[in-house]
Amino acid sequence: MTPRKQPLKETPGKLIAVEGLDGSGKSTQIYLVKRWLELEGFKVAFTEWNSSDLVKEATRKGKKRKLLTPTTFSLIHCTDFADRYERQILPLMRAGFIVLADRFMFTAFARDAVRGCDPSWLREMYSFVIQPDITFFFKVPVETAVSRILGGRPELKYHEAGLDLGLSTDPEESFRLFQSRIYEEYLNMAVEFNFTMVNGSEPPNVQQEKLRNIIRQKIDLPRFKWRDRK
Amino acid sequence: MSADRFFGRGLPDVDVSGLKGRLIVIEGSDGSGRSTQIRLLSDWLERIGYPTLTVGLRRSTLVGEELERAKRGNIMSSITHCLFYATDFADQLENRIIPALRSGFIVLADRYIYTLMAREIVRGSDPEWIRGVYGIALVPDAVFYIQVPPKVLAERTLRKNLVLDYWESGMDIRRSGDMYECFINYQTRLQHTFNSMQGAYGFQIINGNRLQRTITNELQARIGEILHALPPPAAAAPATAVENEEKTE
Repeated sequence: MTPRKQPLKETPGKLIAVEGLDGSGKSTQIYLVKRWLELEGFKVAFTEWNSSDLVKEATRKGKKRKLLTPTTFSLIHCTDFADRYERQILPLMRAGFIVLADRFMFTAFARDAVRGCDPSWLREMYSFVIQPDITFFFKVPVETAVSRILGGRPELKYHEAGLDLGLSTDPEESFRLFQSRIYEEYLNMAVEFNFTMVNGSEPPNVQQEKLRNIIRQKIDLPRFKWRDRK
Repeated sequence: MSADRFFGRGLPDVDVSGLKGRLIVIEGSDGSGRSTQIRLLSDWLERIGYPTLTVGLRRSTLVGEELERAKRGNIMSSITHCLFYATDFADQLENRIIPALRSGFIVLADRYIYTLMAREIVRGSDPEWIRGVYGIALVPDAVFYIQVPPKVLAERTLRKNLVLDYWESGMDIRRSGDMYECFINYQTRLQHTFNSMQGAYGFQIINGNRLQRTITNELQARIGEILHALPPPAAAAPATAVENEEKTE
């Protein structure tokens, strides 16, 4: 690994990320964590992996006209992430918030590596980013996650289904193969980035209980109480 | 093309074996005469029978327009800015530069990754990080850096436009309220950065503070040597292989 470009300034905030396949239940769980911390009166903020206005237009155009290659796909999403990181995530960290991220750079590491980008190039490119204090990875069998998605949303988009990879011409079959490859990439990263594994097949309230315990252990929560709240 | 085709790990899914053309980069600040020289070189190359393509910054189909807009609005932080330009670069590299080289074109790059890197380094970005991002770039066959003293750049720019450009004056990182002073400071720092990169990247420094014709002659002589290794123009691919236009749609 190349030397990381670490932020030189103090970042009293904490960062908790959730990662996993679409349909692994991670969004539900991070939402429950957010509700818990809010209701308990902590300084908490939520951020998700979607596009800023800045590059939304370009991404949309690129996807629609199929202009994107693995490299430009990766770069444009990193640009988008950097915009959100510099304008939102880092300021929140500097201001002492607990930041909850629904997907983080590991999503890009997995997805872009499946598309053929060099893993070390990806890590270098994203090295401006602070590592999360906790990364929960939601482990569910690929078939379970895929059937949840296919059950609720019949129309798959071109890139979402990974059709650009040419794995299969059938969108559903392509999605299945694409997701299994992403899953493999995630598992390969688990040790490198110290993922905390969550069994996504357990009942939601049981998972939530475990998440909260880990968060209590790893983060000194009282430090993040709003002072002006009753 | 050069033996080591990429600065870093290169591009996935892109075959760069058998690139028959030549990639020639001209670097230099606005007012250095860079664009004029590019135009004259393009005319010259086509006159002697080489298919030629000119590429430059913010000209990609993918994000060119968005970058122009963002440039006017000054709404991006530094890392975002750098990555957005890298996206623009990669799109042109994969969709214009490499296909043209494959067809045997001479590609003239009106600035390349060096400007993109130097600008960000002057603005405080980590040089290692930027170098890593641009590991996707193809190593050019020659890089000419037209250098002109900052005071002369200011004179020429004001003579032509009557105003100094916001970005070329480094007003986003200004240290003084005096725009002229900002311009001189920024251009001086940019030149220092270019000079410090020279050894690693093997620029040929061209003294731009001379008659236009003298500079053109020097560039033609140096480019002539590079062309010597190519088959004669008649053997190059037909000019219809790649559209010799800025925008493809």
